[in-house]
Amino acid sequence: MDLLDDYTLRLVAAGSAVLGATSGVLGSFAYLRRQSLLGDAVSHAALPGIALAFLLTGSKLPLVIMIGAAVAGWLATLAMRLVVARSRVPFDSALGMFLAGFFGLGMVLLSILQKRPSAAQAGLESYLFGQAASLLRRDVVTMAVLAAVAVAALVVLWKEFKVLSFDADFAASLGLPVRRLDGLLTLLLVVAIVIGLQTVGVVLMSAMIVAPAAAARQWSRRLTPMVATAAAIGVLAGVAGSLASSLTPRLPTGPTIVLILSATVALSLAVAPGRGLVWRALRLGRLRRAPEQEPVLMHLYALSLQHREDPEHGHREAVLRTMSPPGADVRGALERLVQQGLARRTEPGLWAPTAVGRREAERVLERESEERR
Amino acid sequence: MVEEARAWALEVEDLTVAYGDRPVLWDIDLQVPSGVKLGIVGPNGAGKSTLVKAAMGLIPTVAGEVRLFGRPRAAAHGVIAYVPQRATLAWDFPTDVLDVVTMGTYGRLGWVRRAGPSERRQAEEAIAQVGMSGFARRPIAELSGGQQQRVLLARALVQDAPINILDEPFQGVDAPTERAIAEVLDALARAGKTIIVVHHDLQTVPEYFDSVLLLNVRVIAAGPVAEVFTEDNLRLTFGGRVGVLAARAAVEG
Repeated sequence: MDLLDDYTLRLVAAGSAVLGATSGVLGSFAYLRRQSLLGDAVSHAALPGIALAFLLTGSKLPLVIMIGAAVAGWLATLAMRLVVARSRVPFDSALGMFLAGFFGLGMVLLSILQKRPSAAQAGLESYLFGQAASLLRRDVVTMAVLAAVAVAALVVLWKEFKVLSFDADFAASLGLPVRRLDGLLTLLLVVAIVIGLQTVGVVLMSAMIVAPAAAARQWSRRLTPMVATAAAIGVLAGVAGSLASSLTPRLPTGPTIVLILSATVALSLAVAPGRGLVWRALRLGRLRRAPEQEPVLMHLYALSLQHREDPEHGHREAVLRTMSPPGADVRGALERLVQQGLARRTEPGLWAPTAVGRREAERVLERESEERR
Repeated sequence: MVEEARAWALEVEDLTVAYGDRPVLWDIDLQVPSGVKLGIVGPNGAGKSTLVKAAMGLIPTVAGEVRLFGRPRAAAHGVIAYVPQRATLAWDFPTDVLDVVTMGTYGRLGWVRRAGPSERRQAEEAIAQVGMSGFARRPIAELSGGQQQRVLLARALVQDAPINILDEPFQGVDAPTERAIAEVLDALARAGKTIIVVHHDLQTVPEYFDSVLLLNVRVIAAGPVAEVFTEDNLRLTFGGRVGVLAARAAVEG
């Protein structure tokens, strides 16, 4: 019994890992091209394809179901593009329309199938929210092969897809067939989505596309690390979700994976260095304390240049106030400068930069002229 | 036309572009001689950016033909280096200066092949030429507007193309960047390149360019700055609604 459980768990974990990696990789490109919602539409639109594939073939083989799902998802993207190109319907509205329309059709087909006397269709409804426990060896193998093909295509055309995603006009000016590349990248996204339908389901699949990429973006400054991080996050969430749901009775795998991913995104948004909210709040706080201080030092330095023979000549606070924007806390800034040893009070109401303060001002000037160059 | 043995760098014939049923460019004929520095000037909505994009085949056209050095555009790859408008790009893309500039070598590399050390060296030289050495590994999201513009310029330099098309490179940049761009354009012109710039600042036209195209849906005038950049022509281009009326008359007539 233990062994059997172990085998199932390993299978589910392997499937979830494959799915997480592929969604992370292809989702990164969807995220950067602002096409995350397209993933949502494709996965919902896949439902009638799943039902029709079964209706036409009577088979629940993963490849048959996946092809049905992919064709329906692909048709939905084509239909959306056509409507946007030929009418005044904006993209987000077309997306919402087709997402709901295809999904509704899928639900109708499923309920028709339920009423059939035979039991062959049992389990199709699990494509709604996914049922990882139903994964068989052949399912995981099919997923892995499709994933390998999709990721390999992406790696081979890496630089083309990168320049397309960053600057499509420039890509076209290089003579690249941007429309065909765009279509291919969308097709790869569709593949990544259908891989996950059995495990996560059509409703939650979009989270697998968006979340690893959104989290990874917070931690990376370049494309390759971002895609690698997204894949790693997808794999870890997949395995962790499988483990958690096998250890806890009645905890569904797909939704658990999605919950773990959502938590990862929230954490990344909060604490990622450089971009995270906490980081930004700290930096803003620093700026908020600093802004009136540095200009006042620069004014003091400018004034001291008029007294080169006596650079520590005192200057009136009123003069500094006229040099500063109205409402600026000149007095507070001066006192903080004194605390830091950058300025000193020569007489009541008279202030001068110290030697350290003058050097600091010169450094600021150098830095600014360097930035301008 | 037989005596016109010499090929123009860029030749546009009967080019018409429409958004919906509104013409944005109407029956454009244009010959750009090799080696000129051409400024394209006109009011907002005159179709300046549309003209360069249509000439490169980036947007669909209603009619028209484009030849580069006498050859149809489809047969002339790697002839144009294009600097799009800075504001149209997603600067929060996860990449750095060196990587963006290296994209200038992608046309030469062809499919699948990756950029190697020699491509990186070319990119680093171009980065130095626009005064951005030391910024190679800086994420582009952290650059100032002027620095972003210089990165795009460096990418075009790496392409080493005979024709350079720049869309509003001087828009909203600081003074040092403006000087840097002007210097690079001069260097390109000395190297015999053809330079075509969509430009918004009338005052600097005589300083930066030797030729000018006055555009307002139609070509108002084109030629050497000394001959074409006249008050009368400018009034035709900008003053009143002459150009628009003329285009509308042509559409309805």
